[in-house]
Amino acid sequence: MTKLLIKGARVIDPASNLDAKRDILIKDRKIARIEKSVGDRKARVLNARDLIVVPGLLDLHCHLRDPGRPDEETIETGSHAAVAGGFTSICCMPNTDPAIDNDGIVNYIYKEAARIGLCNVFPIGAITKNRDGRELTEFGELLKAGAKGFSDDGDTVADSNVLRHAMEYSRIFDVPIFEHPIDKNLAQDGLMNEGLVSTRLGLKGSPAIAEELIVARDLLLARFTGARLHLCHISTEGAVNLIREAKKKGVRVTCETCPHYFYFNDEALVSFDANYKVNPPIRSENDRQAIIEGLKDGTIDCIATDHAPHCQAEKELEFASAPYGMIGFETTMSLIIMELINKEKMGWLDVIKKMTVNPAKLIRTKAGSIGLGAVADVTMIAPDRKWRVAEDKIKSRSKNTPLLGRELKGRVKSVVLKGVVKYSLKD
Amino acid sequence: MNPKKDLIGIEGLTKEEINQYLDLADNFLEVLARPIPIVPSLRGKTILTLFFEASTRTQISFSIAAKRLSADVVSFSQTTSSVKKGESLLDTARNIEAMKVDGVVVRHSAPGAAQFLGQRIDAFVINAGDGTHEHPTQALLDIMTMRQHFGDLGRLKVLIIGDISHSRVARSNIYGLKTLGAHVAICAPPTLIPVEIKSFGVEVYYNLDEIIGDFDVVMALRIQLERQQSGLFPSVREYRTLYGLTADRVRKMKKKSIIMHPGPTNRGIEIDPEVADSAKSVILEQVKNGVALRMAVLFVHAGGKID
Repeated sequence: MTKLLIKGARVIDPASNLDAKRDILIKDRKIARIEKSVGDRKARVLNARDLIVVPGLLDLHCHLRDPGRPDEETIETGSHAAVAGGFTSICCMPNTDPAIDNDGIVNYIYKEAARIGLCNVFPIGAITKNRDGRELTEFGELLKAGAKGFSDDGDTVADSNVLRHAMEYSRIFDVPIFEHPIDKNLAQDGLMNEGLVSTRLGLKGSPAIAEELIVARDLLLARFTGARLHLCHISTEGAVNLIREAKKKGVRVTCETCPHYFYFNDEALVSFDANYKVNPPIRSENDRQAIIEGLKDGTIDCIATDHAPHCQAEKELEFASAPYGMIGFETTMSLIIMELINKEKMGWLDVIKKMTVNPAKLIRTKAGSIGLGAVADVTMIAPDRKWRVAEDKIKSRSKNTPLLGRELKGRVKSVVLKGVVKYSLKD
Repeated sequence: MNPKKDLIGIEGLTKEEINQYLDLADNFLEVLARPIPIVPSLRGKTILTLFFEASTRTQISFSIAAKRLSADVVSFSQTTSSVKKGESLLDTARNIEAMKVDGVVVRHSAPGAAQFLGQRIDAFVINAGDGTHEHPTQALLDIMTMRQHFGDLGRLKVLIIGDISHSRVARSNIYGLKTLGAHVAICAPPTLIPVEIKSFGVEVYYNLDEIIGDFDVVMALRIQLERQQSGLFPSVREYRTLYGLTADRVRKMKKKSIIMHPGPTNRGIEIDPEVADSAKSVILEQVKNGVALRMAVLFVHAGGKID
C-alpha cells in the first residue's frame, strides 16, 4: 500500500479543535502521523501549501435518482460529482423509483457504491412504504441493511398520527427521523417564496408559515414522543427561531440548511430562471440573514447540499412547469467560502464542523475526523482559486444550477478516501 | 426612443417611455379615423400572434393593429391543456426562429412565458398577458383612456376593484399609474389581495361603499368562478353584494368619474348591465383605443420610422 504524505497544509479538524499548519502521513488507509513536520522518503507527497485540509465532507441530504431516473443521475455520476465537491460520504434520500423502502434497495445502493468506490453512500430509508404517508416501513430490516435514518423527503408526513407512530417506533433503534417540513395545503403548489417579489412577478407564493407550521408540529411531536428529529433544509427565520427555542427546552432536534438558502434571496427569481425553483423556495433577504445567524449560533447543525438533479428538458420550461431542485455538490464549498468565510461571518472550524462531525454524529458514523488512527478520508481545498461554472465541466449528469457561467471562488483540489486519492482537480 | 427588443411588462418603464407609447397611440387614433385607415409603416414585416390561452378580443385587436400598419399577420392559438405543459412553448420558440418572423405577440398562462420566449428568439416579443404577471398593452390602453378624459394623471385617483391576486391587468396598471404619479387604491376581499401589495404604493380597502365616492376612475376586474370554487370567497352572490358595481353604488361616485373594465365582463356579477352600458362606462372606448395603442407598440418594437 502506498503511503501518502500531505505537506504544509493548514489543517482544520473540528473533532480535535485543530486549526494549524501540519503534515499528515497516511498509511494503511489510516492517519498514521499528524505533526508540524513529517518526513517519509517512501511516501507519495501531496504538496498542500496554500491549501486547507479538512476531514472528508459528509453530505446529509442529496438525491441520486438511482434507481429510477438514470437520465438525471446515477450513483456513479453522483459519486463523481460528490468527490469533485469534496464529499467522501453522502446520504441519499429515498424518493427514488422505486422508493428506498425495503432492504433490497439499500443493499443495491451499497453494492453499487462499492463497485464505483469513489465515496461512501449512505441510504436514508423511507418512513412509509412507497413514501405514501400511510404504513411504516420495516425500520429494523432497513437499518440492518445499512440505512442511516428515515425520511419521506420530498413530502412531509402529512398525517400527524402516522408521524407520531414513526417517531415512537424509531425509539427502538434511537434513529433520527428526517422531516421535510412543508404544509402542503398552505404551500398550495407555490412556485416561489410568498412575498413582495412573488406579488411583483405574479408567481404563486409558498408562504414561510407553510414551513413553520410543520416545524412547530414536528417539534411538539418530538418532545411528546422523545424521538430524535432532524429537520431538513430549513429556510425561514421563523423556523430557526422555533428550533432555537426547542433546543433550549431539551427537544432532541437537529437541523440542516443548504447553500442556496444563505447565498441567494428571492430577488434572484426576477430572471424567471427555473434553476432557482427549489422546495422550500429561496426566501427573502430577511430570512437569508436569519439562516446565517442560525448557522453562527449553532441552532443550525449541518450544511447539506440538497443536490437535486433534473434533466434539461424538464428545467428548460416556463417557470411554472419546471420541477423543484438544483444540483449542489460541486458548488457548495465555493458558496460557503464566498458567503460565510470570506465575508467573515464564520470561521473554518465552525463551518467544517457542520459538514463533518455534526452530521457524522447524527448518523452515527465514524467519518468526519482526521485524528490519529482515523480512517483517512481527507479533502483538500484551494480557498482562493477562481473558476467558472461551465456546463461541460459539471460532473453531475444534470446541469440544473443557476450558477452556470458564473465565476466562483474556492475549489476542491483533491479528495482522499480510505488513504487513496479519488479525485484531483486538473490544472 | 430606442426601446428594448421586447415589451414584457410596465414594471421598469420610465414615465417618458410610457408617454411616448401614448403619444404615438394618439396619432394612430387619427389614422384610424381616416377613410382608408392604413399606413405602410410595417410593410414586409411578419407579425405572429401566438395565443396559448383563450382570448378573442386581444388577439383580434393585435391583428387589426398589425394590419393597419400593413404588416402580414399570422395567428395561432392553442390552449395548453391539450398538450403536455411547457413542451409547446420551447418547441414553438425554435420553430419561430426557423421561420424568421419579425415579431411575436404572445399570451400564455405561465408568468414569465413572454420573457422566456424573448430570451430565446431574435424576433421582438410583445407580452399579451403572461399568467398573473403582466398585461402591458392593456394597462397602456387603460391609461390612454384615462388621459383622454382627465389630461394629466398626476392628480388622478384610481380605484381598482376585484381579484388583484390573480390579475395581470391590475399589476400592469399599478406600475404604470404609479410611475405617472397617479394615486391608486385597491378594494377587494383580503383573500384576493396579494401579500406586500402596499409596497407598490397603493392603498388597500375592504369596504367599497365607504370609499367609492372619492375616485375619478373606478375599474372593476373580471372575477373568475374558479376562485370561488377554491374557497377564496363564499359565493358569487355575496361578491356582488359587497364588491359589485351596482346602480346604487355608482350613484355614490363623483360626478365626472368614469367606469372601466378590461373585459370580458361578467354582467350581473362584478358589474351590472345597466352600469356597463351607462354614460359613465368607457368600456368600448377602451376597446377602440386598444387598436391604436397596439399599433403604437408594434410600430415602436418593429423599428418603424415616423415619416
